[in-house]
Amino acid sequence: MQPNGDDVARIRREIEALKDTKASIEHKIAVLEAQLQQHQSDDVCNGSCPPISAVDANLANGLSADSVYRYSRHLLLPSFGVEAQSNLLKSSILVVGAGGLGSPALLYLAACGVGRLGIVDHDMVELNNMHRQVIHTEAYIGQPKVKSAAAACCAINSTIQIVEHKEALRTSNALEILSQYDIIIDATDNAPSRYMISDCCVVLGKPLVSGAALGLEGQLTVYNYKGGPCYRCLFPTPPPTTACQRCSDSGVLGVVPGIIGCLQALEAIKIASAVGEPLSGRMLLFDALSARIRIVKIRGRSLQCEVCGENTTFNQQYFKDFDYEKFTQSPLSTSPPKLNLLAADSRITSKEYKERIANGEAHVLVDVRPEHHYRIVSIPNSLNIPLASLEARLPEVSSALKEEQEHNGTVSGANLYVICRRGNDSQRAVQCLHKMGFDLAKDIVGGLESWAHDVDPNFPMY
Amino acid sequence: MQLTLEFGGGLELLCESVKVHNVNIDLPKGADKLTMRYLLSWVRTDLIKERPEMFMKGESVRPGVLVLVNDCDWELTGQLDTTLEEKDVVVFISTLHGG
Repeated sequence: MQPNGDDVARIRREIEALKDTKASIEHKIAVLEAQLQQHQSDDVCNGSCPPISAVDANLANGLSADSVYRYSRHLLLPSFGVEAQSNLLKSSILVVGAGGLGSPALLYLAACGVGRLGIVDHDMVELNNMHRQVIHTEAYIGQPKVKSAAAACCAINSTIQIVEHKEALRTSNALEILSQYDIIIDATDNAPSRYMISDCCVVLGKPLVSGAALGLEGQLTVYNYKGGPCYRCLFPTPPPTTACQRCSDSGVLGVVPGIIGCLQALEAIKIASAVGEPLSGRMLLFDALSARIRIVKIRGRSLQCEVCGENTTFNQQYFKDFDYEKFTQSPLSTSPPKLNLLAADSRITSKEYKERIANGEAHVLVDVRPEHHYRIVSIPNSLNIPLASLEARLPEVSSALKEEQEHNGTVSGANLYVICRRGNDSQRAVQCLHKMGFDLAKDIVGGLESWAHDVDPNFPMY
Repeated sequence: MQLTLEFGGGLELLCESVKVHNVNIDLPKGADKLTMRYLLSWVRTDLIKERPEMFMKGESVRPGVLVLVNDCDWELTGQLDTTLEEKDVVVFISTLHGG
């Protein structure tokens, strides 16, 4: 039966009226939720954990009818059941970093019913995050990761409390933020943050679920849990900065942090629900290429540990004053370093270089990036000699210069320019070239990044 | 003595990107056992192809490298004085920071 024109108009009106009512109800809910959040954050004081109010005390098992239905597959597990789920609903977990590790961890923690879930991140969502940071969607590119992650968690489970900490974790705010949670998950991507979070957990007595991933490998362990070791027991001295690779330099297969992040959620769930044996005093090593997971026994708490050892003087004040960037010789943010090794007359900008090409200047452009970088994209007619093999391949530079000089028929000789991805390795290369007698070698300031930014906006960057 | 040596967390880059090495090491002259101290110096001279400072500091491994003898932290087995047996598996792994 086809509705006539009047019916259609009536139905449309009814839909509009219902939508208005829905919007007004949603507004009321938002206002009430804001009030509730205000009350709960008012409860936070002296570093104690505020109680989670999501649990209805009137029910014998502490779970509402909706909760029973939502978490029924957990409740059906004999080794998990009502008690563990109830523990989970009363727990609070903080995830530091909403990136490759934090994405899957947050999704599972929100879904499983952690009472209060906190997210710390100061970054924005970028297109080159999408392959591994699966909590974010394209619609959020350019927006804060915390906002994007909170929206995704809320869409999965609107019954839990989600707290957004849109700021970088520092010694100045870490104690206040971490003290509001029972369990901390380290899903960050740099050495100073890892030391800072571990030390803060020791000072506050919080268990720490620590995961890391790079390339095709991952690592996972639980620190500071029931007398187990802390990060500093294992690594009392920070590694040299050259040993700290970043995903943005070395690459990472997206699913690898995904696996480690899921395992971090699992360990946090086990601790929060008081089920099973957390991975304390043991470390999980994951090698994606050979499809091997190895679980090894690691040392216990060290009596000599500077932070958790017997005679430690490390306390909250000490923590606040500690300089983690100085300690590890690397920045808390993951932004790449900007070196300045050369005199100004040994450098030219990408725009100047472009002009010199346009003027037909006789020159050789050496690209010192690793070969697999060069294969992604390069400037036409450049010569790829990776920095690591530059010294051994100097004859190639000499013959390229000679060939260019003959080709152009110049008397004064061909110029020599060096480029890399960001303008750091190119300076190291020019230093090496100067030492080996190529006095006129110059680097292109800011590398291919500046070329893409200032000269050719269509040049693909990675 | 036959040993399996494994490198991970980026340390494999120091030995031509090969992670697993099945090696046969002769006992040092006059010695009746092989210790981790000797194995480290052997790895440094006979296995590592580049940047030894990324693997060792002094006579031990550099900070940030975990050493596991048969899946157990060498801190628990005696560090440099750990005695190795035939067919032991020694893993050298650099701690990761990425995420």
